[in-house]
Amino acid sequence: MAVEVKPKETSEIETEQLATGCEAIAEAIRLADVDVMAAYPIRPYDGVMQAAAKLIANGKMDVEYIVADGEHSQFEIVKHACAVGARVFVGSSGVGWFYAFEAIAVTAGLRLPVVAICGNRALDDPGAFGTEHNDSLAVRDLGWLLPWAETAQEALDLALMAWRVAEDKRVSLPVAIGLDGAFLTHSQHIVKIPTQAAVDKFLPKFDLGDRLLHPDNPITIAPQVDQDWLMEIRRQNDAAMRNALGVIREAHTDFKKIFGRGGDSPFLDEYMTDDAEVVVIGQGTLSLPMKVAIRRLRKERGLKIGLVRLKWFRPFPTEEVVKSLRRFKAVGVIDRDYSFGSPYYGGVLYNEIRSALYSQAKRPVIVAFIAGLGGREIEQPMATEIFEKTMAAAKGDLAGGDTCHWIGVRE
Amino acid sequence: MTTEIMPAQNLPQIKGVKDVPYDELFVSGHRTCQGCESALVMRHMVKAAGPRTIVLGSTGCMYVANTTYYTTPWVVPWMHTQLGASGSAALGTAAGLKVLMRKGKLKNEKINVIAFCGDGGGADMGIGAISATLTHKDYNCLVLLYDNESYANTDIQLSSQTPYGAVTTFSPSGDTKRLMHTRWKKNVPGMLAAGHPESRYIAAGCAAYAVDLMNKIRKALELGGPTFVHTLDPCPKGWDYHPQYSQELGHLAVETGIWPLYEVMDGVCNLTGPTRQIAEGRKKRKPVYEYLKRQGRFAHFIDEDVEHFQAQVDKMWTDWLIPGVIPFTVPAKDVAILKIDKKPVHEQTKTA
Repeated sequence: MAVEVKPKETSEIETEQLATGCEAIAEAIRLADVDVMAAYPIRPYDGVMQAAAKLIANGKMDVEYIVADGEHSQFEIVKHACAVGARVFVGSSGVGWFYAFEAIAVTAGLRLPVVAICGNRALDDPGAFGTEHNDSLAVRDLGWLLPWAETAQEALDLALMAWRVAEDKRVSLPVAIGLDGAFLTHSQHIVKIPTQAAVDKFLPKFDLGDRLLHPDNPITIAPQVDQDWLMEIRRQNDAAMRNALGVIREAHTDFKKIFGRGGDSPFLDEYMTDDAEVVVIGQGTLSLPMKVAIRRLRKERGLKIGLVRLKWFRPFPTEEVVKSLRRFKAVGVIDRDYSFGSPYYGGVLYNEIRSALYSQAKRPVIVAFIAGLGGREIEQPMATEIFEKTMAAAKGDLAGGDTCHWIGVRE
Repeated sequence: MTTEIMPAQNLPQIKGVKDVPYDELFVSGHRTCQGCESALVMRHMVKAAGPRTIVLGSTGCMYVANTTYYTTPWVVPWMHTQLGASGSAALGTAAGLKVLMRKGKLKNEKINVIAFCGDGGGADMGIGAISATLTHKDYNCLVLLYDNESYANTDIQLSSQTPYGAVTTFSPSGDTKRLMHTRWKKNVPGMLAAGHPESRYIAAGCAAYAVDLMNKIRKALELGGPTFVHTLDPCPKGWDYHPQYSQELGHLAVETGIWPLYEVMDGVCNLTGPTRQIAEGRKKRKPVYEYLKRQGRFAHFIDEDVEHFQAQVDKMWTDWLIPGVIPFTVPAKDVAILKIDKKPVHEQTKTA
């Protein structure tokens, strides 16, 4: 920690402390009594592993901390520890995440509730350290639950939620929390750190039940099933992902009851939308410059604009998204990712939102934006441009039809 | 969970065939080829390890042919792992058990962890993870590499364990190129023994010497920490011979000196079985031709190929520091290096 701030007792359930997104996650690892974690260096996610290593060195937690020989091994190690009943944590960023891809794919197939963070980072080549969401999004079809955090507080809260939802027998799927590289992983916030007693009330002990790999329960896990059974097994994973929506709602309700945080909806964070005609939607920390722009443009120009921040990308909260977005005249979707050659050349989120709204008789105009790639700051003129273009679309000016607008790019 | 509690673990050295445990823990249900020596390795491996064992199997013949849904031959708990992940699977499982027992979340007892891989999974793709695992001395796990000298499950493609000149589907013999594969076999157990001084047990075995192999498995598990056993498994499909000769080819691989049997235990190398007899001059090495001529994969060899093969094997026995184990020595003028002053630093005489 760069600045040591003495923990301040704020209540019986929590203390306040200055922490980066990574340090907040490390606190969650301690509070969840994680059994096995595997580390490998890559920026920016590995701030978590550095923070956790300090907690272990200082006797703050008891966990098997394995420094692996690569990301593939990292993810395989925790996968197998999880199969014998250990609560586990792992993570990576950018191309490191891709180096682990095989292990990432099978973890979801095995229905093992591994909790990971993906410190979102641009993929090589060429090299860049900053935020892009393509690393997390690459696993969107595989059965990983994908929430995105906005602040260090939300990172900690989501991590505690993650173990609870992942390990719930109705779900039993892995979770990868998206943390925007640098913007969230390495920026400091005041974070409320819950007490152990409060966390124990929220997070039950991990129990794999009759799926535990142990000599007293000599099962065979993941035999060759071929065409005989694979489709049925995929269908079970599909059902688990559908269950996840309800389990997240339950966890969110309990979390609010115990800690008093989490907003109205587990899936969406709405900002100044009550009277808004036009909104933008996006994930992660881009909400911060957009909120500033909303306040400024409302004051300067009286624009009725707002923001909807999507907190869970998988499972995609279709019902909530539809219900929210159909109230508006136009929606600008800001993707901090790309999907080359996709429909209308839009980003991943754009096409998901568009698809979710397709069946609605009354639906807003949807405008695609790609912004902030490689960790480029979304500055106020860019935010203004995004709102101007979305407002224009609301008035029928589509500015070239279904164009995807790259914001702040040198053409 | 079943309620039956298996007996506690006790793995003494097996004194002879009559002393081998009766219980089978790898039973019917698999569909490996006739004469499959790797299947025999699996059987010996769990027979030696006993019922308090978790087996992790990386992709390869011993996954695909062994573990069809609903007909698993594994009596012990078994889990699939990825092709290059045997080292990580062993490590993760061992770490999970260790921490859960320490925290009182699981009954404290000794449970064997064995991860197996083929030569493709172990010597090629997974060598890095195996190497890493062998440095984690706090975790008890064994990695067993069953080496049938090709990617035998996928169609017999060559691996780094395929012997010089052998025909595989990636190294056919043609009109222009008689030999497509001209790399010498990677010395995996030797490399791992040399590179991981804290691993207490690394061995090379063969199912044709079943008791020797089972004892190596038991030593590896009893000594604890991360350990490694490499077996050479004749493969009728990949090596192209009649299935009835698998044991015979195993014997020939050892008797020709191509596949030395040994163990490196707590830093001391012991040659075992016929390899020891050869090294002590009590048994004559057979010519490699005796071994090569029995296999279709060498049918295209002409005299010069056989001579080259023989010369390379001879070199293992004449030039290597330890035959078949350490593939280098010191120059004749520096032979004194081998008589290094081995006293601890503080006891060494000050000469310079």
